[in-house]
Amino acid sequence: MNKSKINHFFNRLPLHLAVIGLMLIWVVPAIGLLVTSLRPVQAINTNGWWMTLAALPGEEEYNQLCADCHGTDGKDLPEADLSDPEVVGLFPRSIQLLAMLGQEIDGQPHMGTLPLPDAQQAADIATQMKRLAGIESQPRLTLNNYIDSMVGYRGTKNYLADCEAGVQASGINCNISDLLNPRGMGRAFVNSVIVTVPATILPILFAAFAGYAFAWLDFKGRYFLFAILVGLQVIPLQMTLVPISRMYAELGLNGSFLGVWLFHTGFGMPYSIYLMRNFLGTLPRDLFESAYLDGASHWTAFRMLALPLAMPAVASLAIFQFLWVWNDLLVALVFLGGTKPVMTYQISNMVSSLGAGWHLLTASAFLSMLLPMVIFFAFQRYFVRGMLAGAVKG
Amino acid sequence: MANSPTPQIMKQGQLTPWLYLAPAILVMAFFIIYPMFTTISLSFKNGDGTQPASTTCMEGKPCWGIFENYRYALTAEVDSSSLQAAWKTFWVSSYGNTIKWIALMVSGTVSVGLLFAVLAERVKYEALAKSIIFMPMAISFVGAGVIWGFVYNYGTGADQIGLLNAIITGLGFKPMAFMSTPGINTLALVVVGIWTWTGFCMTVLAAALKSVPDEVLEAARVDGASEWRVFWAVMVPIIMPTITVVVTTMVINVLKLFDIVYVMTGGNYGTEVIANRMYTEMYINFNTGRGTAVAVILVVLIIPFIYMNIRRFLEQEAMR
Repeated sequence: MNKSKINHFFNRLPLHLAVIGLMLIWVVPAIGLLVTSLRPVQAINTNGWWMTLAALPGEEEYNQLCADCHGTDGKDLPEADLSDPEVVGLFPRSIQLLAMLGQEIDGQPHMGTLPLPDAQQAADIATQMKRLAGIESQPRLTLNNYIDSMVGYRGTKNYLADCEAGVQASGINCNISDLLNPRGMGRAFVNSVIVTVPATILPILFAAFAGYAFAWLDFKGRYFLFAILVGLQVIPLQMTLVPISRMYAELGLNGSFLGVWLFHTGFGMPYSIYLMRNFLGTLPRDLFESAYLDGASHWTAFRMLALPLAMPAVASLAIFQFLWVWNDLLVALVFLGGTKPVMTYQISNMVSSLGAGWHLLTASAFLSMLLPMVIFFAFQRYFVRGMLAGAVKG
Repeated sequence: MANSPTPQIMKQGQLTPWLYLAPAILVMAFFIIYPMFTTISLSFKNGDGTQPASTTCMEGKPCWGIFENYRYALTAEVDSSSLQAAWKTFWVSSYGNTIKWIALMVSGTVSVGLLFAVLAERVKYEALAKSIIFMPMAISFVGAGVIWGFVYNYGTGADQIGLLNAIITGLGFKPMAFMSTPGINTLALVVVGIWTWTGFCMTVLAAALKSVPDEVLEAARVDGASEWRVFWAVMVPIIMPTITVVVTTMVINVLKLFDIVYVMTGGNYGTEVIANRMYTEMYINFNTGRGTAVAVILVVLIIPFIYMNIRRFLEQEAMR
């Protein structure tokens, strides 16, 4: 009994290793992003994110050489309290520290029998002392990157420090209005929401009408028209960008939300109608027939029957269209650009202009993923259903 | 819907259907149909769409007359001084790279997706496993570009902060500049695409696998077929129609794919693809003629799939 269990375990081991291995490959890069976004900028550029929990520079040396007398928190000797910023402030660099360590205290060598640290070790110990005293302390994890990203801070320290010192750059007011700084992700988040909500509702609304017509109304050319629609689903939007941006330039719609809403509505149409019609078409025919027999008009049948019953399809479509618009870069780049930056645009702009400002990039990227992730995990079922309906049937 | 006649009672006026269709048809005509024809006509014009394309021909240079933009779009990236040079430059041109993308990304997403669909079915944590593989579908390509850009990060110092180079140096090899090394960079970008889209393939294929009748699989196993043979000789043939759909969907997706290249390399270092080149010609070089010509070429490549989609739709309708 026991033996067969063990055998079973070993037989299935390769399976588990393969599945878990693939899961790790998928999830580790994303974890790297999240962890990095929470680290202070100096730490990000010093070592890899997987070292986040490793010893901070100087910690090990301090614990080895100093902690026996001064204690790990530096408070053990009241006459030389290393958690006191004033005491530690006397030893800003390794030179001052080494001088002190070389002196005798009460006729005994400062370090007792321990060897004197070399210059590098002394510098690291000085860093650790500063940390104990709370001077220029570098925590392991910080939310500063997120704050800096939200307000569009581009300086060398961080937003909170600059504001406290009163040396903030022009354009930063150090109050709540900074969340709407056009360079920040806060403003971009608002813009993304403004773009996405109407660009999700409009196509679904139009598609519900058209889907009802294709499913339950009889008209000439309905088959032919629908076949065209199936073909239109795969037209790349690159094919229409140029004429529309020229047209928008004439109408003054470039850089306007209205232009993007309409464009997304147009391009979301074929797939949305396809899904709607297929879903409405599967509803029981008797239902509609008895409604018409009772004297219901098409308008009533559409409003009171088709629309409420189509809610699962509406949910699928809403998630699809939401993710598509929220994650879109090309349309936002062409029609909104920097005048009304959305999150994807803001990030792609940071990539090219900031080079490797990973602390801002990772935080911004994570901010942009937050809402889609929540929606995605909350409504995964509808998302999958919509995808299967679109891909397997169409 | 074609073979089931609509009951008389449902017919309500000739105009009604068109009222329901009007918003959709208007917006599609305005944003898809009409611009498509304008794009085609612009591709035969010069850089700002005012003169025929043939006016941009230069003395003593090859010229295709009215098709001048197409000559540029098709040949400008390739060095035709010798056959060898042409071969070499073709494979870092937007066309060569698009072929690489299609071959690698489609085979990668479909095979990993199928593998994972088959494997995950056999473990208790199937739901969690699938969620994780599926998760990147919710992430934008821009976000994926940042995630993987950090994985690929190349530092000149001793400590590599990019995961991949840390592993490489940990194994005793030299770190690599993944984004700027031609040949490797396109591969590295494709990995990002595979990471994002495998979840799609997995989900669709897993649904198809679930519909394979258990009796068929059991019968094969009782006959002594190994799991390997059951997979290739029973499962794959049964889900072949779905695999075809997934493959065509992926080819279309890859052809349209723009964001990853734009964000991670901007098409530099020999990573250009057709979809990104259209953007470069139009919105960086501001040449509408050339930009639209590239767009038309892109659509021509997609036309076979449009045909396939419509045919499959007609077949399904006939079966309803």
